[in-house]
Amino acid sequence: MAALLRRHAWPLAALALAVVFPVVARSFGQDFYVGFASRILIMALFASSLNLLVGVGGMVSLGHAAFYGAGAYVVGIASVEWPAGLGAQALAVWPLAMAASGALALAIGAISLRTRGVYFIMITLAFAQMIYYVFVSLKAYGGDDGLSLAKRSALPGLDLGSDAAFYYTVLAIFAAVLVALSRLGASRFGAALRGIKDNEARMESLGFPTYRFKLAAFTIGGALAGLSGALMANQNAFVSPNMMHWEQSGVALVMVILGGLGRLWGGFAGAALYLALEELLSGVTGHWQIVLGAILLLVVFFAPRGIAGLFPGKP
Amino acid sequence: MSWLLFLEQSLNGLQFGLMLFLLAAGLTLVFGIMDLINLAHGSLYMVGAYLAATLTRATGSFLLALPLSIAATAILGMLLEVAVLRHLYRRDHLSQVLATFALILIANETTRAIWGVQSLSLNVPQALSGSVQVLPGVAYPAYRLLIIGVGAAVAALLYVLVAHTRVGMLVRAGASNREMATAMGTNIGWLFTAVFGAGAALCALAGALLGPLLAVQPGMGENILILAFVVVVIGGIGSIRGALVGAVLVGLADTFGRAFIPLALKHVLSTSLADAAGPSLAAISIYLIMVVVLFWKPQGLFPARG
Repeated sequence: MAALLRRHAWPLAALALAVVFPVVARSFGQDFYVGFASRILIMALFASSLNLLVGVGGMVSLGHAAFYGAGAYVVGIASVEWPAGLGAQALAVWPLAMAASGALALAIGAISLRTRGVYFIMITLAFAQMIYYVFVSLKAYGGDDGLSLAKRSALPGLDLGSDAAFYYTVLAIFAAVLVALSRLGASRFGAALRGIKDNEARMESLGFPTYRFKLAAFTIGGALAGLSGALMANQNAFVSPNMMHWEQSGVALVMVILGGLGRLWGGFAGAALYLALEELLSGVTGHWQIVLGAILLLVVFFAPRGIAGLFPGKP
Repeated sequence: MSWLLFLEQSLNGLQFGLMLFLLAAGLTLVFGIMDLINLAHGSLYMVGAYLAATLTRATGSFLLALPLSIAATAILGMLLEVAVLRHLYRRDHLSQVLATFALILIANETTRAIWGVQSLSLNVPQALSGSVQVLPGVAYPAYRLLIIGVGAAVAALLYVLVAHTRVGMLVRAGASNREMATAMGTNIGWLFTAVFGAGAALCALAGALLGPLLAVQPGMGENILILAFVVVVIGGIGSIRGALVGAVLVGLADTFGRAFIPLALKHVLSTSLADAAGPSLAAISIYLIMVVVLFWKPQGLFPARG
């Protein structure tokens, strides 16, 4: 037990901090920050799913927001179509969002992964933009204006309408996903993915079905992005095509690079820093994006491996 | 009506395509020669449009503002190359995406700080506000015709410059094999800076010319940037000829899609549904073209790298 504690000291400390956070925020009368922390965790989940593609598998996708948005729309559409029945149940809708986004990722990945490098960046971007325009034209579900949710999905035994309960649900999901991603990274599958990232031809000549491995990672990443989208739809009680716009994919990519490519905590670090900077700077000046841009430039030139690169540990 | 409409839409498509070409030409050279993914290319287009609008107001003459805004944007582009982008050539594509994304944030917000969030209006010059009879009984706006003329002239000029001059030879050498061109002694910093300045000038030209037709507003560069990237990829990275073919293809597809898809849909759908789905299907058709081209010719239509 003591050895287990020592080995996982930092993650456990982070988890303990995250668990007491809402209590502390409430005691200071800063309930607003509970919702803010939920947003950080959800974006961290989204960025982590992209990190699996980019950082572990070397697949630079500029269309990851398509899966995030698709997951969000599953929640939105389900709440409109079956408001009384299963459409309101988190246990039905959230897995459905993952399945839908995963299936979409499987289809898009099957075509996109035939290309490489810059062409892969562009083709994933193209597919995401196509899906973006499909939802812009879906007037039945709000089109350009988006779709408001009457209330959050229901979870048996919990009132997700309360920000604290929703925060703990998101925290539990993110922690579980992080453990799963850590296991995946340590597995044969993860090692093979890193091998493909380093040198695909070598892995292929060693007999690994590299295309199938990459497609599997792409699909898992898409499904996790769908889950994060479903959670964000619940957090904001709103979905819109902007969630799948290419700039959203760009922001996720920025978070991953900012946090640390291929590092387990990279997605979290990047999302937390990006959103915290946004929150902090927007309180100081209306033109906070200039400062944010300058900071990103500094990161590129002086911390090329992101925040996680400043800490020891294997990539 | 149908063939008149067809002719008008063809001219519109050609006009949009040629403006896309102005953006894509610089982008494809920077991409092909310096191996730089420059997301901030659209910001130079925005800066060009803003400068043209402001200078037109200050000087009272669009014709005077046009060369001034082009020169200013070219200088800004070269400064940007020397200060920031030059240091990104040897970095991976991800760092380039992050750094140029940061430049977009800075450019858009600076524009907002200087000019406000409202879009600026830039009017068509008085002398060109009328129409021209392109065929007996067929009138077409004079200003749009001028844009087509300027676009075609610039395309021809670029072709001569790239295909028949010494500088053009260096540019082509850089695009087809950067390492080899460098090894042969052509890696001269000024070539990169000059190519970037020229690209910025073309952006400003497109921004200034399109200013009276579109809204001049912060973020206007991003939507057209993505289309320019699509053009570059369809045509083949580093190929001017590919950029021209791709740009006209995308321009025509977008314009025809917007004009004719809603008409066609009205036979099967209600009017309101057709109007809603039409523009989206037109936008989708562009990306579909790119996917199809990449599927059959993974290096684009006119690969520059032999």
